[in-house]
Amino acid sequence: MSEQRSIRILIAKPGLDGHDRGAKVIARSLRDAGMEVIYTGLRQTPEMIAEAALQEDVDLVGLSILSGAHMTLIPRIREVMDAHELQDIPIIVGGIIPDEDRAELEKHGVKGVFGPGSSTEEIARRIREIVGEAAPE
Amino acid sequence: MSLAEQVLAGSRRALARLLTRIENGEAQDELAALFPHTGRAWIIGITGAPGTGKSSLVNALAQSFRTQGKTVGIIAVDPTSPFTGGAILGDRIRMGALAGDAGVFIRSMATRGSLGGLSRAARDSARALDAAGFDYVLIETVGAGQSEVDIVRTAHTTLVIEAPGLGDDVQAIKAGILEIADVLVVNKADRPGVINTVRALRAMLELGHPSSRLSTVNHHGASMRVNMPVGASASESMWIPPIVETIATKELTDPASGLVQLVEAIEKHRAFATSSHQRRQLEHQRIEFELQERLRNELMERLLRDVPRDAFKNVIDRVIARELDPQSAVLAILDQQRGSISV
Repeated sequence: MSEQRSIRILIAKPGLDGHDRGAKVIARSLRDAGMEVIYTGLRQTPEMIAEAALQEDVDLVGLSILSGAHMTLIPRIREVMDAHELQDIPIIVGGIIPDEDRAELEKHGVKGVFGPGSSTEEIARRIREIVGEAAPE
Repeated sequence: MSLAEQVLAGSRRALARLLTRIENGEAQDELAALFPHTGRAWIIGITGAPGTGKSSLVNALAQSFRTQGKTVGIIAVDPTSPFTGGAILGDRIRMGALAGDAGVFIRSMATRGSLGGLSRAARDSARALDAAGFDYVLIETVGAGQSEVDIVRTAHTTLVIEAPGLGDDVQAIKAGILEIADVLVVNKADRPGVINTVRALRAMLELGHPSSRLSTVNHHGASMRVNMPVGASASESMWIPPIVETIATKELTDPASGLVQLVEAIEKHRAFATSSHQRRQLEHQRIEFELQERLRNELMERLLRDVPRDAFKNVIDRVIARELDPQSAVLAILDQQRGSISV
């Protein structure tokens, strides 16, 4: 088996958004790209996301948000994660995110925003980039 | 503070980081430092075919232990895709009831496909959780292959989960589960066919039961069954796995959930396994098995490092050309390497 570290990524749907098909598609495509996807599903609170990210020692947290509540949820999630000393775990987000919100999200440490129609190869590539940047060497 | 010291001091972040290192095979020093602090936790293996409700059962069992004020570490194993090397680790979804509980730690792990690698990672992770102070460690895995059987050899008590309606009749239930099961659980016991499943399991137990008190229980390698000590009574030295019916999705307080009986069965097994007769023998077998497995892996790694790639390829070509049979090929490789494997 290759010595390459497997990338571990948490995929969660925060809040009340119940449309999980996109998140599942991404989860499967990242598995197909050789990553280990800790899929936690629907109705995740910021505390649950932080707890899972901590216990699973993930390289990244991927949030799927189609409800439009990203500007409330994401800063809150970042805050709770940081309170658990998880500042070094980057967040990426997929779903319905208007362009004008992207800059603001980047300020909250979001390293990638993927709207509908983003290619799964592009997402996998960007994830590898982000994890590569963070890797100590 | 070293990572091991942080784990002992109660840092969950350190524990999580340690588990990552363990998976990557980079935690030799930390594990050595933590080993003296292990031996307190009771490790329970949970295995069974997909669809039997293992994760829900783990969720319910962990909750039961929590009501007793005990802390629980959970290792949930899912298969790595042999085609892509990736994995979906989705067992946490079933364990939502445990979220936010500081007395629970859940870690998802992929099999990663390497020979012996998973059982080593799971075993070392269980030790890490043990050293970190958890009272129980639950290891959940899919009971499909040899790897999973190896994992349950790490456990003190192994539960094999069945469910009705998955094609269970005497032929379908693998006879091999008698080798590893300390408790047989029929989950989803509200489904039709539960009586047949229980009957099939009981029939298997009767077939597997030695007909004479003085006969030794059949060993296959590192079986957890113990040879009956001469002069010991049958009831004293044999453990016959009880069959417990559960409905893991029911409330714990609902008697139909079966969790009370399950916890009772586990505690009875624990009492049996820790009684003076059995304890030393079981412990000896467990460690012996582990050391043999580690020796196998370590020697294999060293050997493969020492064998030049093209020499190995050359041997393969000769076998394909029928110039050399596989066994002779292996002996030839070993003869060549003799003296060059540093011990």
